[in-house]
Amino acid sequence: MTKSIAKPIKTPKEVEREFNLLRVLVGMAIALFIAFLIILLISKTPLAALESFIIGPLTTLRRIGNIVEAMTPLLFTGVAVCFIFSANQTNMAVEGGFLLGALGATIGATVFHLPPVLHPLVCMLLGGLFGAFACYVPAILYVKFNSKPVVSSLMMNYICMYIALGIINHVIRDPGAGFPASYTFDETAQLARILKGTHIHAGILIGLAVALFGYLYLYRSRRGYEIRMVGKNMNFAAYSGMPVNTVLMRSQLIGGFLAGMGGAVEVLGMYTRFQYQGLTGHGFDGILVGIIAGYNPAMVPLAALFLGYIRVGADVMSRMNDIPIELVSIIQSIIIVLVVAERFLYKLKHRKLVEVAHKELAREEVAAHE
Amino acid sequence: MNNNILSAILSAEFAYSVIRVTTPLLFCALAALVCNRGGVLNIAFEGCMLTAAFCGVVGSAYSQSLFVGLLAGLAGGIGIMMLMGYFNLILNANVVLTGIALNTFASGGTVFALYILCNDKGLSTSLQSLAFPTVNIPLIQDIPMLGKILSGHNVLTYVSFLFVFLVYLLIFKTPLGLRIRAVGENPNAASSVGINVTKTKFITLLIGGLIASLGGVYMSMGYLTWFGRDMVAGRGFIGIAAQNLGNAAPVPTFVAALFFGFANALSNVLQTQDIPSEAVQAIPYIATLIGLIAYSSSTRKKRLGRKVPRRRIADGL
Amino acid sequence: MDTVVLSMENITKVYSNGFVANKNVNFSVNEGEIHALVGENGAGKSTLMKVLFGVEKPDEGHIYLRGKEIHIDNPIVAIKSGIGMVHQHFMLVPSLTVAENIVLGMEPRKKGFFSMERAVEITEKAAAQFHFQVDATAKIEDLSVGKKQKIEILKALVRGARILILDEPTAVLTPQETKELFIELKNLRDEGLTVIFISHKLNEVTELCDRITVMRAGRSIGVQEVKNVSESDISRKMIGRDIQLNIQKTRAKPGATILEVANVSKNSSTSAKKALDSVSFRVRRGEILGIAGVEGNGQTELSESITGMNKDFEGSIKIGGLDVRSHSIRQTRENGLAHISEDRITYGIVGDGSIEENIISDRYYKPEFQKGPLLDFKKIDALADGLIKDFTIKCDGRDQPIKMLSGGNMQKVVVAREFTSGSSLIVANQPTRGIDVGASEFIRNKLVELRDNGAGVLLISADLNEVMELSDSLIVMSDGKIAAYFEDAGSVSTDELGEYMLGIKTMSPDRIRSVAGND
Repeated sequence: MTKSIAKPIKTPKEVEREFNLLRVLVGMAIALFIAFLIILLISKTPLAALESFIIGPLTTLRRIGNIVEAMTPLLFTGVAVCFIFSANQTNMAVEGGFLLGALGATIGATVFHLPPVLHPLVCMLLGGLFGAFACYVPAILYVKFNSKPVVSSLMMNYICMYIALGIINHVIRDPGAGFPASYTFDETAQLARILKGTHIHAGILIGLAVALFGYLYLYRSRRGYEIRMVGKNMNFAAYSGMPVNTVLMRSQLIGGFLAGMGGAVEVLGMYTRFQYQGLTGHGFDGILVGIIAGYNPAMVPLAALFLGYIRVGADVMSRMNDIPIELVSIIQSIIIVLVVAERFLYKLKHRKLVEVAHKELAREEVAAHE
Repeated sequence: MNNNILSAILSAEFAYSVIRVTTPLLFCALAALVCNRGGVLNIAFEGCMLTAAFCGVVGSAYSQSLFVGLLAGLAGGIGIMMLMGYFNLILNANVVLTGIALNTFASGGTVFALYILCNDKGLSTSLQSLAFPTVNIPLIQDIPMLGKILSGHNVLTYVSFLFVFLVYLLIFKTPLGLRIRAVGENPNAASSVGINVTKTKFITLLIGGLIASLGGVYMSMGYLTWFGRDMVAGRGFIGIAAQNLGNAAPVPTFVAALFFGFANALSNVLQTQDIPSEAVQAIPYIATLIGLIAYSSSTRKKRLGRKVPRRRIADGL
Repeated sequence: MDTVVLSMENITKVYSNGFVANKNVNFSVNEGEIHALVGENGAGKSTLMKVLFGVEKPDEGHIYLRGKEIHIDNPIVAIKSGIGMVHQHFMLVPSLTVAENIVLGMEPRKKGFFSMERAVEITEKAAAQFHFQVDATAKIEDLSVGKKQKIEILKALVRGARILILDEPTAVLTPQETKELFIELKNLRDEGLTVIFISHKLNEVTELCDRITVMRAGRSIGVQEVKNVSESDISRKMIGRDIQLNIQKTRAKPGATILEVANVSKNSSTSAKKALDSVSFRVRRGEILGIAGVEGNGQTELSESITGMNKDFEGSIKIGGLDVRSHSIRQTRENGLAHISEDRITYGIVGDGSIEENIISDRYYKPEFQKGPLLDFKKIDALADGLIKDFTIKCDGRDQPIKMLSGGNMQKVVVAREFTSGSSLIVANQPTRGIDVGASEFIRNKLVELRDNGAGVLLISADLNEVMELSDSLIVMSDGKIAAYFEDAGSVSTDELGEYMLGIKTMSPDRIRSVAGND
């Protein structure tokens, strides 16, 4: 009997995983492709615009720095979204939480006077607590009143915005500044610059640490396991004995805290005073980052890097050419929609799964005849 | 100061302004009502209204025809809803995340297009867009107090009142409305008698998109006469909350929309007083939160085991 | 002379997981008769009717309507052919009125608008024609279950049904409503309609029906005139045992009481009857107490109450002395409870998780699996691998998504988790339903092993073979009450057990009380 050399065929598990990754990559590719089409159609100098977009971010040290600076806050909000969405809660108050976090840090940096290292830490802590509050409200409304967090978190974002602006404009406003802004931060509170010639600050290191923390917590600790199981099947979690309500609150409080910390880090690292005029969009960017990362904090740095890169690319393009930076929003929305559409590429996946099943059957038959 | 505020509120001008600001909320609430009844409630109304607002301005500016502008606005808004239908019903995408994506698309896309057309990212004032006229109703305008409240509104405001009645007719008095309700409450029952559930849901989205688009068109061609970035400012979500509060019934939804309109108008009045404007501007959103709590605390659901039977129809958002 | 109006020949249906639901079934019905189709759960009667109504396609076989062959590809074709189905779960829209539900899909119009007057007219005319009492303008959600069912029937009649299939119609009715239903069905028969009556309540069948077809294990056992058979005859045909399981089991040596159920009652949310009616019994360590009974007689509500999934009941339930209602599920589990749920997909597993994630869900938080602040994956991986081996779970490794496993292997994962937590009480609800023979045997042997090691087992099963051979003692549940108790499960015959299950025979309350341990 001849012995057949069986070529290793894929298992169904591998096909499934491949296709999830494929959906993300294809989604990103299609979005970029459409963006390129738009650029070609609209710009008077399409090739130059494309060059700005694709290569632009790498052309000067300053711009490379911009990528890192853009990436930094997304590390925080992206990981925050990982926590919240892993529990299957669509609580989008990370947006408001980010701004409240910036507010908290501002209060800490202007009202308190502390020695270095301790000062920014206290500010970040304060920012985190403020951010946790933002996410707390929609979370408790669900646990206590069964009000799904979708609309309530969006309302909370506006409320957070008005709280932040109200306090900045009426309580800690600096009359000396020419525009509505807070007093300047103490020097001891600001985060140190890391790379000369850029605005990269210690926040990137803190952000990467947060991603590591997020991964370890969510995927390597018992509390994170609980969060993910509650998110995947709340009934199963309760039946197995997990304290579902506690887990829901915990995941959203941690998420809010991280979002707030992100706001604190951003404002202490990039600015010398609070001068935001409205919601910053970092929270919603964090949702995109979370979706691309598959809600896994370990993948957040890559996803944040991607988003940061296209942000800077679009910025360069908008300065040098005639394409507005809002192109990024268009790219973002296309990616989200394609990644979450389960039936996107479904036929392909189904065909592949059937193929794998056939191959497996054939191999078993051959083995049986030997 | 309190007397000032009280006298401001109890005036005819205030009541007039309440009706004025309620109009977009009412349109959106009615659209959400139809979609809720049909089982396709979603959060893309914000993006739908914004797109309609933009397309209306652009359409009317380039054609110098109000009618074309209206059509363009409707096409834009309905287009967003049809995309929602495609991604959610055909490709099985999560309805909330798709809504976020569409809203993001509308928000960025409208500014993008605005810049391309006007070289301005903030306002469309460089475009000569048209606006819907205000109407002075002949006999009513002469009634002492009531006249000032009810007459002189934009024609679209009166259209929104009309739509309360039209939505009532559609949902409760037509065969299509019957099917929409059946599909929304028990799709199995509907398909067991031969109704095409997916087709009905698409029709529901079309109608909801149309009504919400009217609200969007009102924003940029009535309430204001230009398009500004993010000008819908959350009204799409407040509309959803209003129909929640109104239990998806036309008249109670109308009342709920008025309530949120009241909060909105109140915040406008208080801004002229010495109260920090931010606190005041937050009022509509806080009111919505309270409204959501009021709605949800009357529906109970056990996490394990069976649901407690509820008197409300589709839970929606 | 009776004319055959419907004939199903050689129907075979095998589901994609290999389960043979119908095997060469022949089923024929005469015009103008009420024909009973009886069998236990899983006997194949639901599948046969699904084939008839176009919800399922048979793998083999033909259907003839009045002598001509028809292909019923979907319910619309069935309805057009005059076949109407009254489902167990009503296909009604709660907030609409009776008339609106009746005309849904064929709405009458007046100038483009929906004509409620015409709808009411159509409804009342049909109701009068078939002697039904209906209030056409009442809302469905305000109606009693019995009335809702009438509307379902009327819906089918209005669409021209001449053959009416009723699937377990009396399961949700009160005795009074059942009487009314029977009068209506007899009226319909006298009008020339044909009724197929699916049930397992033999007293009703003998009262109402003309002929009866018995199904068992996917086959048709035979058809007879009701006037020629007794309930015991039917029971024997329905509840026979085809195979001996041959479970190796020594005599039980019961120890201390581990589960105490005292006077537990619960209202039903779907009908006016009580779901549980003052149920009392105990389970001791080292014994397997089985609960036999046709599904839907309170077993689900009972196991939900015992395992802490539903705390809405009266009476007391204690596991190892701990009151279940005032403690969390985790506390109850830590105090010795293990639970195999009858709804594997909803409660037993997390479908999107890996095998490992499923296996550790009851113990992931315990100190022995922590290494500092993180989980000790070395130990967890070893545990998972060990359990996969011990329970011979056929898979691609512990990281494989559990939803890719076969039903039997999925259940093995559940069982691997629940049987190794050192528990003193195991509640096993339909543990081998829908699973292949090999896995079933494995699970049953494990249950005996656990009993021998001192655990108490409460076995709820609709599989008669299983519950009779595996149990040491046996309870029969019927209508939310304990209908019979046999201290020695081996002492009762299948036929006798069947009669208790189907309500033909009842036991004296004194004999039943001994199961509560009051002797």
